[in-house]
Amino acid sequence: MNVLLASLPFYPLVSFLLLIVFGKKLSWQLAATISVSSMAIAALVSAMLLVDLSVSQHQVMTVNLWHWFDLTNEAGNAEVNVRFYLDGLSAVMISVVTGVGFLIHLFAAIYMKSDANFSRFMAYMNLFIVAMLILVLADNLVLLYLGWEGVGLCSFLLIGFWYHEKANVLAARKAFIVTRIGDTSMAIGLLLLFTTFGELNIEAVTTLAQQANELTGLENTALADDIYWIALLLLGGAVGKSAQLPLQTWLPDAMAGPTPVSALIHAATMVTAGVYLIARMHGIFLLSPEVMNYVAWLGALTLILAGIAALAQTDIKRVLAYSTMSQIGYMMLALGAGAWSAGVFHLMTHAFFKALLFLTAGAVIYALHHQQNLFKMGGLLKKLPFESGLFIIGLICLMALPGTSGFFSKEAIIAQLWSSETAGPMLWWGAILGALLTSIYSCRLFFLGFLGNARFNENIHPEKSHLLRAALVVLALLSLFGGLINIDLSLVFNAPVTSANEVEPSWLHTVAIITPFIGIIFSWFYFKNYRITHSVSAKYLLQANESKFIVFCRQGLGFDSLYNLLFIKPYQWLAQINKNDIFDQIIMVNVWYVNLWHDALIVVQNGALRWYLAAFGLAIMLLIGVSFL
Amino acid sequence: MLANLASIDSLFYLSGLVAVIASLKVVTGNNTVHALLYLVVSLLAVAVCFYLMGAPFAAGLEVIVYAGAILVLFVFAVLMFGLGKDETTHAPQNKGLANMFGAMTLAFALLIEMVIIINNGDMQQSLQADVIDSKAVGIMLYGPYLLAVEIASFLLLAGLLAGYHYAKPDISEGQL
Amino acid sequence: MTSIPLFHVLILSSLLFAIGFVGVVARKNTLFILMSLEVMLNAIGVAFIGAGSVWQQADGQVMFILILTLAAVEAAVGLALLIRMQKKYRSLDIDLLSQMKG
Repeated sequence: MNVLLASLPFYPLVSFLLLIVFGKKLSWQLAATISVSSMAIAALVSAMLLVDLSVSQHQVMTVNLWHWFDLTNEAGNAEVNVRFYLDGLSAVMISVVTGVGFLIHLFAAIYMKSDANFSRFMAYMNLFIVAMLILVLADNLVLLYLGWEGVGLCSFLLIGFWYHEKANVLAARKAFIVTRIGDTSMAIGLLLLFTTFGELNIEAVTTLAQQANELTGLENTALADDIYWIALLLLGGAVGKSAQLPLQTWLPDAMAGPTPVSALIHAATMVTAGVYLIARMHGIFLLSPEVMNYVAWLGALTLILAGIAALAQTDIKRVLAYSTMSQIGYMMLALGAGAWSAGVFHLMTHAFFKALLFLTAGAVIYALHHQQNLFKMGGLLKKLPFESGLFIIGLICLMALPGTSGFFSKEAIIAQLWSSETAGPMLWWGAILGALLTSIYSCRLFFLGFLGNARFNENIHPEKSHLLRAALVVLALLSLFGGLINIDLSLVFNAPVTSANEVEPSWLHTVAIITPFIGIIFSWFYFKNYRITHSVSAKYLLQANESKFIVFCRQGLGFDSLYNLLFIKPYQWLAQINKNDIFDQIIMVNVWYVNLWHDALIVVQNGALRWYLAAFGLAIMLLIGVSFL
Repeated sequence: MLANLASIDSLFYLSGLVAVIASLKVVTGNNTVHALLYLVVSLLAVAVCFYLMGAPFAAGLEVIVYAGAILVLFVFAVLMFGLGKDETTHAPQNKGLANMFGAMTLAFALLIEMVIIINNGDMQQSLQADVIDSKAVGIMLYGPYLLAVEIASFLLLAGLLAGYHYAKPDISEGQL
Repeated sequence: MTSIPLFHVLILSSLLFAIGFVGVVARKNTLFILMSLEVMLNAIGVAFIGAGSVWQQADGQVMFILILTLAAVEAAVGLALLIRMQKKYRSLDIDLLSQMKG
């Protein structure tokens, strides 16, 4: 029994329970201490687990907490246990979740200090960590699904944290419903998986699928069809959670939540759960190359579309949100191409630099009295040098300039695309286009926000707390040097899919490396207006950005209106015509019947004593009369 | 003829008839005081029946308690209501003895019966044979039925309190 | 009791009971209802005395005495209530007391 592993999710859980039970009775100091220290302990424990795992001979560590329930069908008998499973992949995930989570908790404790519902906020954050840890440590898919739904719930609660404003509540609802579509697909996928293999344990499923493949071959068998559908349905779940096409519309709206939430849930951890799911189930996906091809294409499309949308945003947090979608697109592309390790590596580095970007953006927004509009910023480089420096670090990682962590992970992905069976040169060019777009929107963001003349009137008051700055600095260091962490996942992903059936041209790496620089040079001239200091007012800049095409891009390339037209309008129309629900009417027959008797019997209850007595006499008469029969 | 008529049976039927008729008049009457008088007659007729059935003690109680005490209570109440105005206005105002005729006839019939019974020695003897006297009743009451007697006494006490409470003049208005 | 059959006694009792019942149900004046109730109680007394006389037991008379107490109490309480009713409604119409209407 590995106590460290078994106890990992319980530190934040205890903190969550304390905070939610005592709530507003706790002072800020106490609530912050409880939540942040629980995260610190969790981070420490994961570090120890990481060391244990790398030192021990075994590739995996498991610990069985308790037996949950049994599932039985004709295909087999599956024992569903609350059992944690730690291998290289989940070790990376728990380090990201607890490490980045701890830093964001630290930041949030200071950032949200003046909020009246501080302890509720920290409680939700802790609960999120619990659910995320259950998700990544789960040994079987049922437990994974529990964590999956748990993080969805926390995301909903935290987006709608400031529920007094209607927009936030609508955003929370949208996120919940859209991800629910993906979750439903995933649930169906799990059921199909169980009926096919009679097993829900991840390892066992993978083994069974590969055995079936080796014994019979999967060409045109019923099993191949089943596996195809399972993989497709699981992909549906991943697409919903990771905000990929076509279920990506919820993520930009989710920025309505507090900034630490955007950093933790909607950039660093939860949205990568889809990536984790596909990586974890790679055994199934490997048997279905078509679906891997879909994954790659979905990733590439999302990467490019989100990049275009990011170019037109005015809200600093929405730029970062679209950037997140686009980067997850990279990860999906990597998974689809069979570059599992590269995808997971990018997941980790992305968590570092995106958390840094979001938190720095949060600090900037805080300093500017909750101003999020880029066109009302400008010239912050001189006024907020510390934050600007951190932001630059985040952006160069995002653009993948050589030497940064983003460079290592992104290059690892791009390098494997060309020769992959399930990807190929087309997708390679897609990835390069994405990289170009990334560097352009990053430059636009930086020029608008930090260069040019200041287009705001308020005094700025940066938060000078040392703890907050320390958290940011640690994240910046991780972003810069996280690429040097060598994660070896070859033990997890022991089935390489790439085969050098095509000869790679020699210029591939050169193109990949210089692409961001092309983007920077292009932006340097194209966004000149934003960059140089002159008398252009905010109004003028805004007007220049109001052409129809730009607005179309800003609204996420029309997906919202499309879905509105395709799904919401018809549904509302149906709801409208079926306002008096037909099933209700059937139920109402009972009500009508009861009312009928009520009306009939109310005549009897007329309050006239003599009638009661007469009825009494009649009843006795009848009773005696019956005895004669 | 008279002897034939004066058997216990026929006297019982006669007084039963009187009781039934008087009761009918009670139920159908319009004038409260007249109805009360018919009720007295009915009770007396029943008392005669009791006597004929060999229960002189019960008959006595019927006369003393029922006709004597309870009915007097009724009369007092009627007096307090001002003769029940709503009912009496429709009744004939002043017909003298005509109003009383029915009750008087019935009461007279009962009187005749009593006289016959008391004068007829045979009948007295046959009645004596079956009589259950007050001694037996008393032994029963204070023997096996002691608890019932206690309960009855509590009932009387409760009635006393309730009567006092409801009839109290200074009770706050709006409560019944 | 030799000559009077129990059957006839019970007939008399039932007749009186029925008359009283009709009075209770049919009359609107509460005073008449109370009087009809007395008639009904009396009818039951007849049945008890008759039965006690047939079996030559004193129990019938004991029961009658208990009924007598009951009747006395009922009359006292009923009449007191009647007095209050007269004070409140200026009428003895029992149909006025129908606030318990469902």
